[in-house]
Amino acid sequence: MAENIIEVQNLTKKFKEFTAVDNISFEVKKGEVFGFLGPNGAGKSTTIRILTTLLRPTSGTAKVCGFDIIKQADEVRKHIGLVAEKIILYDKLTAKENLYFFGRLNKIPPQVLKERIDKWLERLHMKEWEDHLVGTFSTGMKQRVNIVRALLCEPEILFLDEPTLGLDPQTTRLIREFIQELNSHGITIVLTTHDMVEAEILSNRVAIIDHGKIVALDTVENLKKLVKDVKNPTLEDVFLEMTGKEVRDKPGNKLKSRGGHTARSSTRIR
Amino acid sequence: MWEGVKDTFEITKKDLIEFSRDKLRLLSFFMMPIFMMVMIGFIFPNQNSLKNVPIGITNQDKGKLGKEIQKAIEDLKLVNDVPAFKIKEYSDVEAIKEAIKKQEISGGIFIDSDFSEKISKNQPSEITIVEDQINPQMSALVNQIILRVTDGISKKVGAESLAKVLISKEKTKSNINSLINLAAFFVNPIQAKIEGLIPGNPSYFEFLAPGIIAMIVMTAVLTGLAASVSKEKEQGTLDGVLIAPISRFSFIIGKALAQAIRGMIQGIIVLLLAVWIFDVVIYGNVFLIALVLLLGVFSFVGLGILVSAIASEQETATQILFMFQLPMLFLSGVFFPIQQMPQAIQYISKAIPLTYAIQALRKVIILGAGISAIQREVFVLLLFGVVTLFISVPVFKRIITK
Repeated sequence: MAENIIEVQNLTKKFKEFTAVDNISFEVKKGEVFGFLGPNGAGKSTTIRILTTLLRPTSGTAKVCGFDIIKQADEVRKHIGLVAEKIILYDKLTAKENLYFFGRLNKIPPQVLKERIDKWLERLHMKEWEDHLVGTFSTGMKQRVNIVRALLCEPEILFLDEPTLGLDPQTTRLIREFIQELNSHGITIVLTTHDMVEAEILSNRVAIIDHGKIVALDTVENLKKLVKDVKNPTLEDVFLEMTGKEVRDKPGNKLKSRGGHTARSSTRIR
Repeated sequence: MWEGVKDTFEITKKDLIEFSRDKLRLLSFFMMPIFMMVMIGFIFPNQNSLKNVPIGITNQDKGKLGKEIQKAIEDLKLVNDVPAFKIKEYSDVEAIKEAIKKQEISGGIFIDSDFSEKISKNQPSEITIVEDQINPQMSALVNQIILRVTDGISKKVGAESLAKVLISKEKTKSNINSLINLAAFFVNPIQAKIEGLIPGNPSYFEFLAPGIIAMIVMTAVLTGLAASVSKEKEQGTLDGVLIAPISRFSFIIGKALAQAIRGMIQGIIVLLLAVWIFDVVIYGNVFLIALVLLLGVFSFVGLGILVSAIASEQETATQILFMFQLPMLFLSGVFFPIQQMPQAIQYISKAIPLTYAIQALRKVIILGAGISAIQREVFVLLLFGVVTLFISVPVFKRIITK
């Protein structure tokens, strides 16, 4: 049995009245790809931001790579990489300048840093663009450099918050393959996505979160067994079974989240 | 510790590179102090701007004295042999007033027909100065000069009259000239001599220049810091920095340093323009000026951090700061000395760090003060910086992780 690399205990996060994460507990095993699914506003991103020390939990805590996220935040930061919803790169710097900047903040020795940057840029076909301003890149190109950035400190855990959102099929495919490749080298992946196919291809285990609570957590195979009334159920059937078929966007965030949602479902979901 | 300093420089370097890539921002960065300086430098009148100022005169006097006054005013030269006034003659006071209404002249003088006659009968006589109230600053200058001229003539006439009286009463045989000297003493027993700390007469612009420099440098840092932190927050790049194992303090100081360098460059531009174009003389030590500016920047960093922590968007941050900026400019004495303000307002002024930076800068630039003369200001600026930093850094840490 593999050891746990993330242990979450009774984690709760409230924003004023609203409870974004409601007393959740779960473990992520070392070396697995952990899929994190849930409708918009279910608490996925909030959980990831807490685990990456960017948000303070209201109560409860978690251990990441054996370190407490509150008391040992700096230790946690040394062992994780994050690809967040927003691309973490400066438009006015070149790809290379961006990567060197973040590499130096992570205290990576110059020679090692250069090797890593060259290696990953090469792998994601961005080497020839390294001296161009990031602001001139397409979303797909930015995301590839962004992933290289997250890998610079050779993290034990890579958090990917919707890494293929809004990308063309080619780039999506490249990135998915790359995620598998990283995982095969022993990097634990925590992945959130709305793309059920992506979750099914990549994840060893999947957690479905809704209204801030985890409603299901198991391997994709086992989750499928939960759906009784459909023959050969897909992960999407599981998801809809668990979280209901109602659109639950609140009036306030309807416009924002619906846009991305519908655009994606027409292109990606079968 | 050393790691922290290195992180700070990394952030500063990154911010400056980012900034240098934006051509439009770069252009406005250099143009702003130039516009500011040229505008303010040319707008405000001083004695040097009294060249060929048109004024009206109505001289109905039948005697000699009126002509004497008119000639004295006509011949008055303040700068480089250019007459201060251009005289236009009018038939009466109403005509002068009409001309002022049309803004053809910047003031007028009326001398009545019995002006000399009254004086010869030992009666006080008067001339009337008609003011152009639309233009208070200019008319104050005009009045001052005309009063000075008439005052001089008035004393001379007074002394001569007194001498005549003395001769008739005392029946002395003394020399008329020595009597006039004696009379002059009676008329004007106290002579004030003005001695400044520096040679010459500082213009209003020399008063303004240090204030403008301090203002540009410090507000650049205040707004720049808040805007640049909230920009990173908005675009999501802040997460990338915060997830790196660096201290929040290094991040903040790095950002502030980048803004401070930008502010100092603008400050230097203003200073150079002031010296080259407007003949402002720097009597103090240049390094002391830099020190005061740096301290001024330091005193604002905490405030900038607080605003950037509270504001979630760049626009909000800029707007919050803009709200404070204008009142601060007036209250800190950039344009008017705070000693002229009502007592209650002066208390507010004393709570603004900019006030102290400007005061210190003025002392150093205009009066050539050394460090000992500005130690109070230096201390207050340091105190401001340390206290606000101690409050704002923990608040910042707390707010960004909510």
